Amino acid sequence: MIDVKNLEKSFGDHKVLRGITEHIHPGEKVVVIGPSGSGKSTFLRCLNLLEEPTSGSIKVDGIEMTDPKTDIDKMRQRMGMVFQQFNLFDNLTVKDNIKLAPVTLKIMSDEEAEKKAMALLTRVGLPDKADAYPKQLSGGQKQRIAIARALAMNPEVMLFDEPTSALDPEMVGEVLELMKELADEGMTMVVVTHEMGFAREVGTRVLFMDEGVIAEQNDPKTFFENPQHPRLKEFLSKVL
Amino acid sequence: MQELWSRLQDSFDQAFIVDDRWMLYVKGFTVTVRVAFFALILGICIGIIIAVIRTAHDSQRKSAHGAGHVLLNIGDKFCRFYLTVIRGTPMMVQLLIMYFIVFASSRNAIVTATLAFGINSGAYVAEIVRSGIQSVDSGQMEAGRSLGLNYRQTMTKIIIPQAIRNILPALGNEMITLLKDTSLVTVIGLKDITKTALNIQGITYQAFMPLVSVACVYLLCVLLLSKLLERLERRMRASDRR
Repeated sequence: MIDVKNLEKSFGDHKVLRGITEHIHPGEKVVVIGPSGSGKSTFLRCLNLLEEPTSGSIKVDGIEMTDPKTDIDKMRQRMGMVFQQFNLFDNLTVKDNIKLAPVTLKIMSDEEAEKKAMALLTRVGLPDKADAYPKQLSGGQKQRIAIARALAMNPEVMLFDEPTSALDPEMVGEVLELMKELADEGMTMVVVTHEMGFAREVGTRVLFMDEGVIAEQNDPKTFFENPQHPRLKEFLSKVL
Repeated sequence: MQELWSRLQDSFDQAFIVDDRWMLYVKGFTVTVRVAFFALILGICIGIIIAVIRTAHDSQRKSAHGAGHVLLNIGDKFCRFYLTVIRGTPMMVQLLIMYFIVFASSRNAIVTATLAFGINSGAYVAEIVRSGIQSVDSGQMEAGRSLGLNYRQTMTKIIIPQAIRNILPALGNEMITLLKDTSLVTVIGLKDITKTALNIQGITYQAFMPLVSVACVYLLCVLLLSKLLERLERRMRASDRR
């Protein structure tokens, strides 16, 4: 589904990604872990071209994302993204946050989007917050709304960029629970996170990134029980 | 005391009542309001357009190319030139140049003044709007784009509404400045309220009553404007309730 080849990204002289080749299959839940500054978020943001790769290729269903002729907006409609800082639209109510993209892009009529928004709000357990503004919500609630907003576009894959890192500890659970449900329903997911429990329990494959490359990857069980790379051993010994 | 009172009364009569002079002030006031109002609208239009061109230029993809990219570069250069010239020269000089050079063939002072003030105000509004757009967290743009909205859609639905809320106080300041600056039109002989006061001073040889009254009129207008803006600001803060 997503085919990445020799992906490189530099910010000025600083090389953040040094050649990543990876394939993400439909239905997979790929969890990316690694120390901060290893390039995990940059890798994720390159997948929907929020970050423009310096070189390399990213193909989604065979369509080259880095080709200037590709309609990048159309491609992004198929890839939902959830951010560390939630990034809900502060000027809109919760319901309008969810409705905005489908209605503006004329994918749904206003009534359809309204129905969809309420269904999604019920699903994330916040139907009573439909008319609230983002600033009135807790972090956990914001992130659940952000997930609902991404789901409103019926994406084929969801990208999560450290979705629980900005949350108070007692709110991490509710967001992870929702992500787990999503995974159980068969959504293709790429998740950058520091939640090792989630990686072990939900991931179908875990990638360890270090200094801009994927240093090791495996199924979660082997990954955590039998790490090979010395950097990974060191990393796991610190976080587990 | 009584003498002072009667002198005040006399100068009031001289300034306003004799020959129905108060009508002149009213006429002058409508000129002031017309110039300020249309210049304000022109200034805001120019300002938003320039701010959007400049932010679009600054935030385009590095690999961008094609006609749109070239156009944006030219637009940005032009905007920078405009901002430099307008902000680098005095308002009064701009007004004189507009009246005596650019529109020398036309003697429609009111249109010339409106254009001059609008063009001047546009430069300041542009920088205010640009700072407002930049003050919106970049995550808002990223979230909009990640949903598949294009740059223009994200700008109009998400960024600009938030930017306007942020810049309302600064924009209000600009409106107030503009309203007061219109008194400069006296230099091109336009009979606004300030010019009217000067004329009546010339007739009656009394400066106090006409000038102080006109000052009060400006003050009242500014107070009214501030009140209106305060209300608008409060309404736009609705999404800030916690």
